[in-house]
Amino acid sequence: MTDYGCTLRREEQAVFALRGLYEDYGYAPYKMSKFEEYDLYVRNKEFLISDGVITFTDTDGKLMALKPDVTLSIIKNSRDESGCVQKVYYNENVYRVSEDAHCFKEILQTGLECMGDIDDGCVYEVLRLAAESLRRIAPKAVLDVSHLGVVDSLLDGLCAEGRGKICHCMGEKNAHELKAVCAKYGVAEDVADKLQKLVGLYGAPDKVMPALRDLVGDTAAVATLETLTAAMVAGGYGDMLRVDFSVIDEGRYYNGIVFRGFAQGVPDSVLSGGQYDRLMRQMGRRGGAVGFAVYLDRLGRMPEATREYDVDTLLLYDEGCDLTALYAAAGTLRGEGSVMLQKEIPSKLTYRRVCRFKNGEVKPV
Amino acid sequence: MKEMLNIALPKGRLGEKVYAMFKAAGFPCPAIEEQNRKLIFENEEVGVRYFWVKPSDVAIYVERGAADIGVAGKDILLEYRPRVYELLDLDVGKCRMAVAAPKGFRDDPTRTLRVATKFSRIARDHYAGKGRDIDIIHLNGSIEIAPILGLSDVIVDIVETGTTLKENDLEVIENIVPISARLIANTSSFKFKNDAIEKLLTQMEG
Repeated sequence: MTDYGCTLRREEQAVFALRGLYEDYGYAPYKMSKFEEYDLYVRNKEFLISDGVITFTDTDGKLMALKPDVTLSIIKNSRDESGCVQKVYYNENVYRVSEDAHCFKEILQTGLECMGDIDDGCVYEVLRLAAESLRRIAPKAVLDVSHLGVVDSLLDGLCAEGRGKICHCMGEKNAHELKAVCAKYGVAEDVADKLQKLVGLYGAPDKVMPALRDLVGDTAAVATLETLTAAMVAGGYGDMLRVDFSVIDEGRYYNGIVFRGFAQGVPDSVLSGGQYDRLMRQMGRRGGAVGFAVYLDRLGRMPEATREYDVDTLLLYDEGCDLTALYAAAGTLRGEGSVMLQKEIPSKLTYRRVCRFKNGEVKPV
Repeated sequence: MKEMLNIALPKGRLGEKVYAMFKAAGFPCPAIEEQNRKLIFENEEVGVRYFWVKPSDVAIYVERGAADIGVAGKDILLEYRPRVYELLDLDVGKCRMAVAAPKGFRDDPTRTLRVATKFSRIARDHYAGKGRDIDIIHLNGSIEIAPILGLSDVIVDIVETGTTLKENDLEVIENIVPISARLIANTSSFKFKNDAIEKLLTQMEG
């Protein structure tokens, strides 16, 4: 079978690699329509990465949207049966405002969702698949992991606005302003102190977990984080795993484990996910859920060996020559690389060599 | 080859001050101290590459990963909201973002307030928080003359000593936020060049 690996763009290669990975773990492909009722996004707009949604009025007068997100549609169509865990993956184009280009873009996104009666085993599997996804798309990657229960236990009872502002500072690793924000919203000084120290914790689990335990004690969230990170290290993902409390949810959709993946050479995260039981509740589902998305469009930013030439061989021919012989000669040359047929040398084209087809023979020019 | 830490410095006096801080923290680059018009300087031995960029562009270089870390004013971070880590308040380049108006100005809440500024987002957020209806007039410089010529009622701008305001018969009527230079880092570089960044951070905090 022909190997098309070298001709595919990096994001296309990733789609194939990840599809194979998710199917190996029994995740079923999930295909959906490009459109969704706009109302779904209005009700859950804080869950969306960007505010902008492209809308249009359908023939029956309903306001529809081009999907800016996949997870909401999957939840909406998920089964809500006790004892059942639904595992799906997707490769879909979504339409949202690009944070870089500041205009609407069609963005290829892949990801998976595990929803229903989920347990720590499901969370571990998804975390493992996130790490494995990164490994398959980047030579060097880092998976940052956190548990929102750690921060939530410290901010218990705080108003939504205060929580949002504090989480924003934590997301920026902004310890200096965190203190002022805590004071503004009446957070006790010892708690503010703990939050400041929490922001500064970063590194491999064996370095961070003991410090975390000293800082916040043996809470359920710490125990879960410890169990999961230990399992990840034992599973062979220790080299890429980091505990980082700047991975945080400013809204109130996620709970439990949250994570973000980075690939060397890409200036922003390429993978993001976590446990979102709260969103499930908001959408009337009894079960929990955990999943992640891989932002394939960002993979294009990875440094790649650029092609030295547009084409390996430029083969010139004269009009009226024997086409069968010409294409046979070009076919032979293609064994050594790409061949472009032209009557004259195009301007701005770069090539490794140029040959001419004359009297049934190929001669270098 | 040693992996280089790319640092974007803001051109001008603040950049020179900040470079002295980096140098004291163990990241010197003798080439940058020579008088010339080059913009990029390296010290391979220490593993550092500095470049001078326009102060308002530092955050863009860092957000896009062309620089691993950089120094940007809080005003720029609040206005453009780049996705970067804000690791340290360097406590230099201190000033404030404020609302200024002609002396004796009285705000009429029944009218839309005309606000001239270079910092549209900061101004919009400030007045949105107060529920005040405003009309933003985005200008790129000489903001102080806008109220004098009747283009706006007030201005939102950076105030350092207040001398320019005073000379144009304006006064601060409200402080919005204190400003200073911040050490920022690209989120991805923070992971892959963590040792170097943490080392720098520890030295600078000390």
